[in-house]
Amino acid sequence: MIDLIRKLVELYGPSGFEDQVRAFIQAEIAPYADEMRVDALGNLIALKKGDGTGKRVLVSAHTDEIGVMITHVTEKGFLRFTNIGGVFAANLLGGRVQFADGRQGVIYGDKFEDRSKLHPLNKYYIDVGATSKEDCPVRVGDAAGFYRPLLVMGDRLAAKSMDDRIGCVVGIEALKRLTASPHDVYFVFSVQEEVGLRGAAAAANGLHPDVSIALDVTGSGDTPECHPMAISLGQGTAIKVKDGGMIAHAGLVRLMRQRAEAANIPHQMEVLEGGTTDAYAMQVAGPGSISGCISIPCRYIHSASEMVDINDVEACIRLLGEILTHPIDL
Amino acid sequence: MNSLLQQLTEAVGISGEEKEIRRLIRDLIQEHVDEWRVDSLGNLIALKKGTGESDLQVMVDAHIDEVGLMVTDIDSDGTLRFAKVGGIDDRALLGKVVQVGPNKIIGVIGGRPVHLSTAEERDTVVKHRDMRIDIGAKKKDDAAAKINVGDRAAFVTQYEELGETALGKAFDNRAACAVLIELLRGDRYPFDLTAVFTVQEEVGLRGARVAGYAVQPDIALVLECTPAYDLPKKEDVSSNVMLGHGPAVYVMDSRTIQHPRFVAHIMQVAAAHNIPYQIRQPGGGGTNAGAIQPAHGGVPVASIAIPGRYPHTPNMIINLTDYANLLKLADTVLRSLQRNLFEPESIL
Ligand SMILES: [Zn+2]
Ligand SMILES: [Zn+2]
Repeated sequence: MIDLIRKLVELYGPSGFEDQVRAFIQAEIAPYADEMRVDALGNLIALKKGDGTGKRVLVSAHTDEIGVMITHVTEKGFLRFTNIGGVFAANLLGGRVQFADGRQGVIYGDKFEDRSKLHPLNKYYIDVGATSKEDCPVRVGDAAGFYRPLLVMGDRLAAKSMDDRIGCVVGIEALKRLTASPHDVYFVFSVQEEVGLRGAAAAANGLHPDVSIALDVTGSGDTPECHPMAISLGQGTAIKVKDGGMIAHAGLVRLMRQRAEAANIPHQMEVLEGGTTDAYAMQVAGPGSISGCISIPCRYIHSASEMVDINDVEACIRLLGEILTHPIDL
Repeated sequence: MNSLLQQLTEAVGISGEEKEIRRLIRDLIQEHVDEWRVDSLGNLIALKKGTGESDLQVMVDAHIDEVGLMVTDIDSDGTLRFAKVGGIDDRALLGKVVQVGPNKIIGVIGGRPVHLSTAEERDTVVKHRDMRIDIGAKKKDDAAAKINVGDRAAFVTQYEELGETALGKAFDNRAACAVLIELLRGDRYPFDLTAVFTVQEEVGLRGARVAGYAVQPDIALVLECTPAYDLPKKEDVSSNVMLGHGPAVYVMDSRTIQHPRFVAHIMQVAAAHNIPYQIRQPGGGGTNAGAIQPAHGGVPVASIAIPGRYPHTPNMIINLTDYANLLKLADTVLRSLQRNLFEPESIL
């Protein structure tokens, strides 16, 4: 599984430009899906057919990552940029980005008059080694993702875009292990989550699921002087009760907990005070659906070193498997 | 003188009260479309049937509403308090002439005159709640006889052409409405084209959301007017777009990442036909594309726009060559649409 994680997190895929991630997942899951297609927004939708006694279930993990888009090339060949999704300026200085063609660049900022204050985003720039506007290989409108290779530290893994490639891993593994299910399960590897849950909204508007489950990272409260949160790395899968966008369906939350208890899967209940996931968009899309989220506890979200615990990932895969192989009667 | 631009910009249609502009457009297109209807929000939806060569369903959107004001109360002295409808900078309001309500009562937006202001007051922005619309009424009853709370007030600006540029109000988005009308007046396309003249864009893309859902197109093109802030700058930074440099093509804004293949196609078509274009600087703002894109299983969208200086003020400036090029680009792009451009790949 580490190998799968490494490949996925190191891929380029800022919101709206997820093609490389989609192509990889497509090849990875092709032997396991009964039907597969790509919709107008670029969502990869793989159907695993049920035995006809269950529900229409949509399982979503987003393929996109936060990134930047070039807004201006200076005379000297430096690139000014705007954010794609939630980019926090403190994570930028000295960081690296990669473009769709694999080209990399480093980020730095204008002179700091006051080192205790961060610049606004438009005072940072990317240096791709160009010496002038003319020889700069990048143009306005090009998108870049952050870059950092996977770091394995025993059970703890750190990389850029764990949010939400690790959710994709949970979806891929669950699909591979799913031999029989009462439900028609649509695994959606969604696009444009980081800019407003746009892919999942379109997918759910088209698929009209009865039940929808997002697979995404959530924060943790186990680091020095952090915002308090009753989630710790290594303590199991997180069952979302509520986040900044949605209240998960209470019956689905109960069911997730029962399934985890019955199968002895380590789990923790999640209340996330800010941020939300595809589950919110799927809950209110079309005529609405029963919606919840299985979360992977994660430290340092939206930095280039997002950290998860491999045992939690395994717990998430098992919980999703337990839900999909049993009836969902709510 | 472009009489289409003149009629469209001089007509009134503040978000939520678009009857006058909708009727004008209906009259202008009626003879050139096969069907038209007005939906529950007030969107004007017109079908121009294709030649039958293609089964694509193509939607082209232009919002018809403009920003303006709404009367919220009448003071005892007969002046009108007002709220803003859509994004207007308070600094653009003082001293401007407005037309209020269906009877177009003329008034002026007043505040304390410069003679009676302190130095400090002159350095601060007067908030719109501290301004009043003065329609010349002596007391509340006089005003109430002509005005109702809830009436909209629109800027009053005569359309004028100044060489290659034109001056008027509401080029955002009447310039794009004019382009869409011209498209309907032209030859049939290979496919059915549904033109949606949408309402309430300026207050949150509300009309396009229901129009996109109802029309359920295979692909949608949004026509807009995008702010040009292209005055001289000291630093090495780009203007978002520049007047006279051709229509602007959207890549990403705060509401939409436009369909990358559709965007690339538009740029290719422009280059192949020698139509100048510019990439709109990625970042904030947004178009109806954001509301159309998530409908059903998702709609491939792109947006192209005419640059306009001083939007959301009574006096905008556009370049008439940009206008002609937006029309040419929209028409050429539409005629080049092929299903394989955006068709979802089927894999298994
Ligand atoms: Zn995420
Ligand atoms: Zn507009």
